[in-house]
Formats: sequence, C-alpha cells, structure tokens
Amino acid sequence: MSILLDSSTRVIVQGITGKMAQFHTRDMLDYGTNVVGGVVPGKGGETACGLPVFDTVEEAVEATGAEASLVFVPPPFAADSIMEAADAGIQYCVCITDGIPAQDMIRVKRYMYRYPKERRMVLTGPNCAGTISPGKALLGIMPGHIYLKGHVGIVGRSGTLGYEAASQLKELGIGVSTSVGIGGDPINGSSFRDILERFEADPETHVIAMIGEIGGPQEAEAAEYIRDHVTKPVVAYVAGLTAPKGRTMGHAGAIISAFGESASEKVEILSAAGVTVAENPAVIGATIADVMEAA
Amino acid sequence: MDIHEYQAKEVLASFGVVSPDGALAYSPEQAAYRSRELGGERWVVKAQVHAGGRGKAGGVHVCDSDTAIYDACEKLFGAKLVTHQTGPEGMGVYRVYVEKAVAIAREIYLGFVLDRTSQRVMIVASSEGGMEIEEISAEKPESIVRATVEPAVGLREFQCRQIAFKLGVDAGLVQQMVRTLQGCYRAFTELDATMVEINPLVITADDQVVALDAKMTFDDNALFRHPQISELRDKSQEDPRESRAADRGLNYVGLDGNIGCIVNGAGLAMATMDTIKLAGGEPANFLDIGGGATPDRVAKAFRLVLSDKKVQAILVNIFAGINRCDWVAEGVVQVLREIEVDMPVVVRLAGTNVEQGQKILAASGLPIIRATTLNQAAERVVQAWQNDQAQGVNMRAAS
Repeated sequence: MSILLDSSTRVIVQGITGKMAQFHTRDMLDYGTNVVGGVVPGKGGETACGLPVFDTVEEAVEATGAEASLVFVPPPFAADSIMEAADAGIQYCVCITDGIPAQDMIRVKRYMYRYPKERRMVLTGPNCAGTISPGKALLGIMPGHIYLKGHVGIVGRSGTLGYEAASQLKELGIGVSTSVGIGGDPINGSSFRDILERFEADPETHVIAMIGEIGGPQEAEAAEYIRDHVTKPVVAYVAGLTAPKGRTMGHAGAIISAFGESASEKVEILSAAGVTVAENPAVIGATIADVMEAA
Repeated sequence: MDIHEYQAKEVLASFGVVSPDGALAYSPEQAAYRSRELGGERWVVKAQVHAGGRGKAGGVHVCDSDTAIYDACEKLFGAKLVTHQTGPEGMGVYRVYVEKAVAIAREIYLGFVLDRTSQRVMIVASSEGGMEIEEISAEKPESIVRATVEPAVGLREFQCRQIAFKLGVDAGLVQQMVRTLQGCYRAFTELDATMVEINPLVITADDQVVALDAKMTFDDNALFRHPQISELRDKSQEDPRESRAADRGLNYVGLDGNIGCIVNGAGLAMATMDTIKLAGGEPANFLDIGGGATPDRVAKAFRLVLSDKKVQAILVNIFAGINRCDWVAEGVVQVLREIEVDMPVVVRLAGTNVEQGQKILAASGLPIIRATTLNQAAERVVQAWQNDQAQGVNMRAAS
C-alpha cells in the first residue's frame, strides 16, 4: 500500500455540509476515494453528497468503520474537531482549515500524546491541500487530474506549489506515488522529517521531492535526517528567495525570524546534506527527471 | 497584530506584572501635565511606535522638568521615527508615554515566543538586559537561559525559580520573578499572544522587579475571541496598502518592484515572485488571494494591486485546487470591463475548472495575454513590461 492512504481507506468528512466541503467531497468521490460519510454536530441523520451525516465522529466510526478523516471545519472549531477524530480512533486525519490559532494547535499536539504511539492518529496540516495517492485515493482539495501514477513522493508546505510540481512531472510523463501537504502553519501535525521517514520505507516511492519555503526549522531538520537516514534521491525547492526578512508571507509560518530560516540559507543547508536543489520553481519537474535518469 | 508599549504594560498589569507609574499623552501640553499628575522629579518620555530600537533612534528622553518634557515632545509629535526595525520611511509618532523614572540596579532580558522546534511556548531570558536579543545571542550566547512550557500544566513555579537563580537574582527577589514570569505566561496563553518581550526587566535600587519596556504581538487567527485586544489595533502604524488588503480578506505585502502579482496560495505567490525576478523583472508585491476566491474577491485584489502607482504590469497566476478558475476568470473580466487598465495583464490558469476559465477569458475579447506554465507567464509579463518600457510608453506620465 502507498503511504497514509489507499483505495480501500474509509474516509469521513468533518464539516461535510459546508459549500466548499461538498464541492470537494464530490471531487473525492469522483476520483474514487472511499468516502463513507460525514460529521456535523446537530445534522445527524441527514445526508450530504448522498452520504450519511453523523452528529459525532465516534458514531460515524461505529457505523462506517471510518479510518481517515478530512477536517473542513471553520478555524474556531477546527482544533476541537481534530481532537475528536483522534479520540474516536481515526488513524489518519488531514486538516484543510487555514487560520487555526497557534495555541489551539499546541493543545492538539499535546492531546495526541495521550495515545500510545501505535494507536496515535497521524495528522497532516492544518492549512494544507491534503494527500493524494494517484489512481487510488484523494484526501483533500487538490485537482486529481494533474497527477499521474508513479514513483515520485512529494511533500510540501504549500498546496499550490505541490500542484505546480505534479503538473510539471505530468508534462514529462512522470508519475507520483503519494503527494502530502504538511501545510503552512508554524505548528503542524507532521513535519518534513515525519513524511520523509515514510517515503524512505515505501517501496512505491523511488525519488522524493520536497517543497519548502522560508521560515521555521523543519527544512533544516529534514536536511539532517536526509543526510543520516535517507538512501533515496531527494530533490528540493525552497520558495521565497525574494521575500523580505521579518514579514509574514501569507502562510502564518512563512516568516524569516531566525538564522537559517531564509530561502538561501535553507538551500545551502539542503545542498550540504546531498539534496539536489531546483533553483527555480519552473524546473522542479525537470530536475526530478534528471535525478531519475541518473539514478 | 502588534500593540504599543503602554497598551502591553496595561495588559500585563492585569496579570500581575509591575511597571513604573505612567500615563499617555497626545500632545506636548498633555505630556507636561501628565508628569505633574504623576509626581516625582524625573520622567522618561517615550514615543509610541510599533518598533523596537526606539532609544537609539531618539524616541526616548529622560527629563527633569515639565519644560524639558514639553521640548522633547515637540520634537517627537508628528515626526517619523526611523529605527532599525521600521525601514527607511519610519513610523509616525502620534502618542507618547510619560513614565516616572526608576533607579536601576540591574537589567534582565525576558522573552516569550512560540518555539517551532519544540512546538511549545519557550521562555528566553538573559542577564544582559537592555541589549537586543539578536545582539545577546551573537555576543553573549552563554548568558541565555531557555525553558519550554508543557502546555497541559502550564509554567511551573520551579521553572520560574530555576530561571531566576540561573540569572543570579537574589533569593529575596525570586518570588517577584516567579510572579512576573507566570503573569507573562498567563497573558501569553490566555490572550493568544505569539510574542511577549520585556526588555529590560529591571531590579530597582529599592528591590522591585519592574517591566521597564513591554512588547506584545498577538495571533491574528485568534483575535476573534479577544475583541478587547482587537480594539488596541493602531492603523497609523501599518502600511496603508496592507491594512486595506487585510480589511478585504487578502494577504498582501508591499515590495519595491513594478510587476504586480495576484496569486493563490502563499507558496505559489512566493515562487511567482522568485520566477519574475529570475526572468529579469522585479515583483511589486506578494498577494495571496486565498482559497475559495469569488469573482468579487479577485476584482478587489486587482484594485488593490492597481492602487500601487509603481505597478506597470500585472501577472495573475492561479493554480486552482480549492479555488475555481472560472470564478477567477470572471473576476478578471469583471474588473477589466469596469476600470481602464493601461498596462499588460498576463493570466495563467491551471487546475480546477481550467477549461471554463480559459473560455471566459477568450470570449471576453479583452487584451489579456494568456500563459499555460509558470515560466511562460513570468517570461511573458516581463517581456510585455520591457516592450512597454522600450517603446517609451510613458503615456500615463504624459497625460
């Protein structure tokens, strides 16, 4: 199976009755994702997108055997919804919501530690585009048609840059094993390192593409992990070479506030760890193609 | 969101953090009057701007009389204070804070930040108060004491004592340090701050632990649950373009170039800026229109970018996931029909509903330059801008 999800993974959508949630739930169903229901407190018993709606995640899990959830809940309530999923036994949760208070995410991360590691829910996001294993399942908001099935594992903070990479690869006839968005927030569920570890162990992934940006320590942490533990070739791009210091560039986490957080410093750190860095976003696909040919 | 020093001190006071007696003034007369109200023989007059480094920039004056206060204020009010954090254009001074001077025995640096490595709140303290934290970490890194807070139980007393003893604070003052540290932590978490900085925290000659300066930054995403904090926003301290954008739900950062950018997604917006630069142009702004952008929001984004007089060409780059290309195209067409845009507009659409989007652009009959890839889009906008420049199309200047 591919990392994190498969064609048989049973998925519920938290906040399924919202307009955007319904639009993307239909997209996921069309793509072939095994969406089995939704959760909206107070709307239990109704249907949305032809699927049953439950009041709580617990009920949804009992009734459908859901293993994964997609959180499409407004920012003030999203952290609570993630914790509800963790409590109900969901194994993998993707949170799309942008704008969750940082302190709420600190609490979410602390809350998840109450479960032993083997039962602990994996969270990616918030503020991400989701995860797709092309040809199998899509758990998120990405346009499925831009991904070919193949052997490149993509992990990135920015959703739209992930699309950019996938569509460049498609142009070159190169496919993707799984693409994971870890989101643009300063406190996130999974780091680059967490996903790299999964790609390294995944037989379907032969090459890894990592799409970073300014701000935070996670690219540098990933570089260290790649140097010591990753045997597969890694290609990276870091956005924000022209971003000024000390300004938040859209993503709450995209701000250069310490040494090593600028794009040029990250490029240097990644290069030193043996990563092939694409110097401009338009050549991410071509750089991956070169690395695959050489491998 | 940033707030002023006097506001931060007021907020922290309600959590038990002590600062010297002080009062706010909006004019030199009022400042002099405030000093008489406060009493004492010596006062500190401080310009209230949202930036550090005020002392070195001439924004802080120690005065011995109300006439000295008046004179200092005459220079401050209406002036632009330029510190190492404001940029060359500086920040306007419209309020000053008058505070009773205290006799300082020692200065301590104290900061609370969101630490992204531990994903927790971290306390950073140093016995080298009064210096900027960047200077301290460069010059006296060994003086820095750090502690992270376990969110489930909060900042424990033993951690505060540990910090106080490591800073070499006298045993008799440790309790005051504990109260100060816990007060800051509670303010940080209860009010959703992302930064609290007291620099310096001083121990006075008469053994009081007092916050001489205070800075707080709040999480914009949490302001919905703190209306009393939102009210402290001071728009005079913000870039007008950026406050206008924020009021319209857009994420905008003004830059110095002349190619306006309208993009969805922060990462793609940064990458678009980078690609323009590599293609030989200079981006005028960062602008993320966000997810689920309606035609109306796109039109607002256009107007915002056009309001920057430096802009001479526009690149719209949308890779739609949660967005819809047809909505974006409608927005572009709508705005180009409403206002005359006498500069090249390049639009690149990809992703969700891209065919409908392309159809809307093509059917509009407007002179929109279309592109299919990021590289092509950047090259075309830079090319179009260069052509305009080469032809000496300074018609706007001429007319």
